[in-house]
Amino acid sequence: MPEKISIRIDGEYVAAQEGQTILEVARASGKYIPTLCWLESITPVGACRLCIVEVSGVNRLLPACTTPVQDGMSVTTHSEKLAAYRRIALEFLFTERNHQCAVCVSNNHCELQAMAQRLGVNSVRYAYTFPKLPVDVSHERFVLDHNRCILCTRCVRVCAEVEGAHVWDLSSRGIRSMVICDMSKPWGESRNCTNCGKCVQVCPTGALAEKGFAVEEMVKRDAKVTRLASRRGGHQ
Amino acid sequence: MSPGAAVGAPPVGAGHAPPSLPPEPKVTPMKKITIDPVTRIEGHAKIDIYLDDAGHVADTHFHVTQVRGFEKFTEGRPFYEMPSITARICGICPVSHLLASSKACDAIMAVAPPEAGAKLRELVHCAQFVQSHALSFFHLSAPDLLLGFDSDPARRNVFGLIDQNPEMAKMGVALRKYGQQIIEGLAKERIHASWIVPGGVNAPMSPEVRERTLAGLPAARALADKTLAFFKTVVDQFQEEISNFGTAPTMFAGMVDRDGGLQWYDGRLKFKDAEGATVSAGMRARDYAKFIGEASLRDSYLKAPYYKPLGYPAGVYRVGPLARLNVADGFGTPAADRELAEFRQRCGPVVHSSFHYHYARLIELLHGLEKIERLLADPSILSTHVRAHAAVNCLEGVGMIEAPRGVLIHHYKVNEQGAITWANLIVATGHNNLAINRGVMQVAKHFIEGDKLKEGMLNRVSALVRAYDPCLSCSTHADGTLAMEIALRGPDGTVLDRMG
Repeated sequence: MPEKISIRIDGEYVAAQEGQTILEVARASGKYIPTLCWLESITPVGACRLCIVEVSGVNRLLPACTTPVQDGMSVTTHSEKLAAYRRIALEFLFTERNHQCAVCVSNNHCELQAMAQRLGVNSVRYAYTFPKLPVDVSHERFVLDHNRCILCTRCVRVCAEVEGAHVWDLSSRGIRSMVICDMSKPWGESRNCTNCGKCVQVCPTGALAEKGFAVEEMVKRDAKVTRLASRRGGHQ
Repeated sequence: MSPGAAVGAPPVGAGHAPPSLPPEPKVTPMKKITIDPVTRIEGHAKIDIYLDDAGHVADTHFHVTQVRGFEKFTEGRPFYEMPSITARICGICPVSHLLASSKACDAIMAVAPPEAGAKLRELVHCAQFVQSHALSFFHLSAPDLLLGFDSDPARRNVFGLIDQNPEMAKMGVALRKYGQQIIEGLAKERIHASWIVPGGVNAPMSPEVRERTLAGLPAARALADKTLAFFKTVVDQFQEEISNFGTAPTMFAGMVDRDGGLQWYDGRLKFKDAEGATVSAGMRARDYAKFIGEASLRDSYLKAPYYKPLGYPAGVYRVGPLARLNVADGFGTPAADRELAEFRQRCGPVVHSSFHYHYARLIELLHGLEKIERLLADPSILSTHVRAHAAVNCLEGVGMIEAPRGVLIHHYKVNEQGAITWANLIVATGHNNLAINRGVMQVAKHFIEGDKLKEGMLNRVSALVRAYDPCLSCSTHADGTLAMEIALRGPDGTVLDRMG
């Protein structure tokens, strides 16, 4: 049995178990922490940095999704400083790729867009990089548009952990990072892809979509995938 | 417009050699008057007028000053995204681009939309005509026609119209609102609706929207009738403009059905010569490159399409409301046909004066409302079968419709996976480019004399352009206020006179 501990979140005492992350404890106690790359029952990776929190005695911000709780820990989930850094993280996501909401298949159903609205990001203060990125339309049923990818790696993790196919990976580093298929093949030539579409359903933006869906039509069904992951005893 | 053509891409059509560019304008020692921007049009343009030593107009140039780039930056996109992307070309007639683009995608999928899907597309198209024509007449051109070409430029705009003739301004707003509300009722959005998709539309029409649209129809009809009746009482006051506004004979092109009746949504393109004789009875969308050549102009981002068999620039033709009335045998709706008969009786069987674009536009507005009534009366329009689904079945597709301003053509090529590899767009105003250029010259020569500028003279040059209701950059809007600056420079470049 994991040891029961107690932590404080925003000044409130909350019961927790050793081994849980700050995010899990916060969610269990009804506290909202913004997330984009995190997905229930899937291994967290702390990629998007939106769930950063302040922990007393630690002089840097920590991602709530990957930081385990410790007895007596005092966590702040909302502050001016956190709001400013979360905003910066979100703005960088927008500047790194070509997110044109108006013509996107996921417009009005996009987690990135919804998060920007929720956090009040209605303008971007940094220069857009406008990278010239390809669109992989080689798969018969699905399409990968790197312009809309935020490198959350949900697709990578769901494919490896739930479907067991491990089609997706990340190549390169930093700003040059790209999601790749079967060690850099066009998706349509993948020998490992089972065409299950789980990656499409968990993608938070329009980067992965079903073919033939016009603008605003791509509504994702990630709950089906996470329910499946949970039943298979996914990440707890 | 075609940025591709503007930056030197070869014209469309296999094996077609590009026509040579016209010579550079001679700037010295002539005096040059510049109208920049031309106001109360959709998009940005400027006009240069060159005067000789005697102060007579020697040459004119109509420049479209923006480049868009849609043909280039859509390369690599999945073809089914094209309707929503190309809809952004325009905020006034996005429905036109959505339809032309979706029709091109239909061709790539090798499907025909279900009957109700096609009818709903036609319905939303008619609504778009009503709102767009109302915008052009009431908001953009009525200030010239009602307040006078020579009236105070600071008041010669929609606000002046509201002050002086609030009734007329309200009619314009009401008609535009009716068209926009139909679009909103069907598509849930007034601008850049995602409802029109490859294969049809993505949701059927609800009976409530049908009832609501029908309920508003009598009032809209009354306004259209009243506007047309009013226009007919004042049109004769503009004899000088009618005689000098782009009256040079040209060919005309417009879409018709098998019986020669006017069509906005689907049909074949018919070309008539300046005397009204049919020179090409039924061009199919996919054959457009056999009939239409595209020339690049040195001093404009707007390409100049021409009738290929006659070559460039002899093959100048016009499109839009006036062209459609000249080309079609009839509308197929009673009130509009009655008005067409009167129009021909008043103005002749083939009408060349571009001033009459206004008259033609108002008759079309009436036809749009009649067509809406007819489509809504058809019970099959409520069918829930509104969309056909398919993948790539053809590597090329052309969509052609009549936009409010004239024939609109979208042509795409895709790879086996459905990514766009090449695109060409011929937007309605482009077809009129050569005719507008000639018209500007004619109006300038008639109304401008000497080196003393009168604002009203130059306004008539702008009004010629305005008569075509051009959608030049197709996405920016004139705000109705006067933003014209005119500079008169001497041979050494010094400013002799400045207005604005």
